[in-house]
Amino acid sequence: ENTKIRVKPDHSGVVTDGVKHSMNPFCEIAVEEAVKLKEKKLIKEVVAVSCGPTQVTETIRTALAMGCDRGIHVEVSGKDYEAMGPLQISKIFAALAKKEEASLIILGKQAIDDDCNQTGQMTAALLDWPQGTFASEVTIDGEKVKVVREIDGGLETIKISMPAVLTADLRLNTPRYATLPNIMKAKKKKIANMKPADLGVDMVSRVEVLRVDEPPTRLAGVKVETVDDLVAKLRANGTI
Amino acid sequence: PLPPLKDLHCYIRSYKSHRLLRRRIVTLTPRITSHYTIFPRDKDPRWEGVEMERFADEADVVIVGGGPAGLSAAIRLKQLAKEQEKELRVCLVEKASQIGAHTLSGACLEPSALNELFPDWKERGAPLNTPVTEDLFSILTEKHRIPVPMLPGLPMNNHGNYIVRLGHFVHWLGEQAEELGVEIYPGYAAAEVLFHEDGSVKGIATNDVGIAKDGSPKDVFERGMELHAKVTLFGEGCHGHLAKQLYRQFNLRENCEPQTYAIGLKELWVIDEKKWRPGRVEHSVGWPLNRNTYGGSFLYHLNEGEPLVALGFVVGLDYTNPYLSPFREFQRWKHHPFVAKTLEGGTRIAYGARALNEGGYQCLPKVTFPGGMLIGCSPGFMNVPKIKGTHTAMKSGMLAAEAIFPKVTAEDPASETAGLHIPEYEDNLKKSWIWKELYAVRNIRPSFHNYFGLYGGMVYTGVFYWILRGKEPWTLKHAGLDSAQLKPAKECTPIEYPKPDGKLSFDLLSSVALSGTNHEGDQPPHLTLKDDSIPVANNLAIYDGPEQRFCPAGVYEYVPLETGEGMRLQINAQNCVHCKTCDIKDPSQNINWVVPEGSGGPAYNGL
Repeated sequence: ENTKIRVKPDHSGVVTDGVKHSMNPFCEIAVEEAVKLKEKKLIKEVVAVSCGPTQVTETIRTALAMGCDRGIHVEVSGKDYEAMGPLQISKIFAALAKKEEASLIILGKQAIDDDCNQTGQMTAALLDWPQGTFASEVTIDGEKVKVVREIDGGLETIKISMPAVLTADLRLNTPRYATLPNIMKAKKKKIANMKPADLGVDMVSRVEVLRVDEPPTRLAGVKVETVDDLVAKLRANGTI
Repeated sequence: PLPPLKDLHCYIRSYKSHRLLRRRIVTLTPRITSHYTIFPRDKDPRWEGVEMERFADEADVVIVGGGPAGLSAAIRLKQLAKEQEKELRVCLVEKASQIGAHTLSGACLEPSALNELFPDWKERGAPLNTPVTEDLFSILTEKHRIPVPMLPGLPMNNHGNYIVRLGHFVHWLGEQAEELGVEIYPGYAAAEVLFHEDGSVKGIATNDVGIAKDGSPKDVFERGMELHAKVTLFGEGCHGHLAKQLYRQFNLRENCEPQTYAIGLKELWVIDEKKWRPGRVEHSVGWPLNRNTYGGSFLYHLNEGEPLVALGFVVGLDYTNPYLSPFREFQRWKHHPFVAKTLEGGTRIAYGARALNEGGYQCLPKVTFPGGMLIGCSPGFMNVPKIKGTHTAMKSGMLAAEAIFPKVTAEDPASETAGLHIPEYEDNLKKSWIWKELYAVRNIRPSFHNYFGLYGGMVYTGVFYWILRGKEPWTLKHAGLDSAQLKPAKECTPIEYPKPDGKLSFDLLSSVALSGTNHEGDQPPHLTLKDDSIPVANNLAIYDGPEQRFCPAGVYEYVPLETGEGMRLQINAQNCVHCKTCDIKDPSQNINWVVPEGSGGPAYNGL
């Protein structure tokens, strides 16, 4: 995850060939929370879902090794994968939630590659389900879920009814390691394979990426001695 | 104020200043090492009551290390199993997060071993995309370049070879292995060798996870698992940490010279298309090294769609001046007019470093022992003048597999020990082209140990190798342990290195950032010290702290003590790129590199 990112020579995106893809850290926290709920016997089954090319099955296996029961790989590759964003993923999750009759969808609050912070919210909207986002504490109470949310002002506690969508924030838990014996056992767990079309989802993007550039190199700062100097400099470069 | 007492170890060192007078000096050394290999957990009260039982699983063969040797061995075993319709469980563990992420090499691949392993490698899509078209060799002076003709028959001649990004090649080998049914587990490091009661090797245990920086257990602590096998192959690459232990355990080095090494630093650059000559191989010796320091450079033009060059610098670790910094020699070499003209206008996109073997034939240990064997660069089959070790590493893995297969699939292996001892592997090696090759070039590297240094060595190569092909009846010796070669700092002159210009040459930390290296921060430093007080007392006092200069990742820093008086060693373990140079070159031999939590380390992409 610490690889230096390079913009492709044609500025259409970043180079992803040969880069190790691993589970989004907030999603690791989400998986950990789901597995904890199952260990407390509050939920019956945890299904790990990922959308993408063949490589994502490795990530699903890690989730299975952490304790999920089975996996679903929604295969998206090539141009569709490059254009895939929160809207298409939310549609896929919504369709799967209905198909599987899920009572809870738990995801990371945002992905660290695009920092969108949209998928959880969009999924809830498409399903018309309540959402508990930025969760730092989750308690199931019968048919309701109490969620403590991290917000700018502090912590907000809400109670929502299931089925619901939750998104995990940093302090929700510390994910366990996927140990080797569990990785080996995970090989026996099932991962179902399907395409977005099987779920009736169209992958057409409403967003077109025009160009990707590296951020400009930071220029050296200039120190000034007095306020007058500062005003003069700001006038000189047209800022005021 | 003094740091809290619990963080200090008091070391009492006695100093004989005069044979009639002994002085005692008390040095307060802040605690650095907390790893359980130095401070065992069975005596540590913080570990009382912690469940230490490990889950164990059985395979027929376990392979440590997913590099060319390990993967070739795994592939060959599965090929034989398929041919002879036998079942074989082969498990391979690799400390990198994915196969190829810790691989670093020039590299000019000689396809001899690959042709044997996969005659149809082209159809299978092996990433050998750049056949060598031009081969240049130069002796550099500060401003000029003396071309040396690359006559056929000289070991460096690259006709028929391919410039490869070895990390990508190794990744491809991993895919072939998985297709054949090898169980590959990246992200899990082999941390411990396991032994049967009769002393033979039983297998390995992977690293524990969830130990805090101070050595105490965290909430997420989990034991590693044990993988047992009839025979375990150790392919950890140059200077493996488990191999180090096995040499002692089974006395494998009693009849060979101590291994000698070099450090190789490498960068990948995207250059101006006008300067790009795909297929061109350039090597140089001479400037900026003096004639008594072994080393040189490489610069290869890849042909994979964009104007990419792989370049780097190698310095023999038998150098004597503790002020030498291999990293800074590399950076200043790039300013030579012949090199700068290729790089000007280009962008650096990757950096990495790794130690490599230089000992060759004289340093080959015994490679088989009850329950296991050593393959690849770990025992060290690199052909030094050819600067190639991948083809011999692969072949050694294949020979190991061929010797093992009949034994592990036999109804009754008729073994004296629980772990199989298969000396046929060593016999096969001696009959193979690896042995002939290494024997022929055995005197080239040691020939540099003469008054004329580099030039004496080149004359020797020209006369004895080119004409006699190594048939001379004598075998020259190396100089001994690399760690014993440093002269005290006061006998040497500090080297004035130019400041990096940020365009061709760069500082250490921005380079380390490009290696993509990272480790879980809250774990004991894996650069363990047998004695925390020795760095300041010995390395700094006598050699001016050479680890600050030979580490290509800025792991070692001598910083002033918070109390003001004196210095302490700070180990920035997270920067480590797993090159093993410190374990090799530490003049006190106090540093013992052990494996950190799996997945930690560099994130090389096609290096």
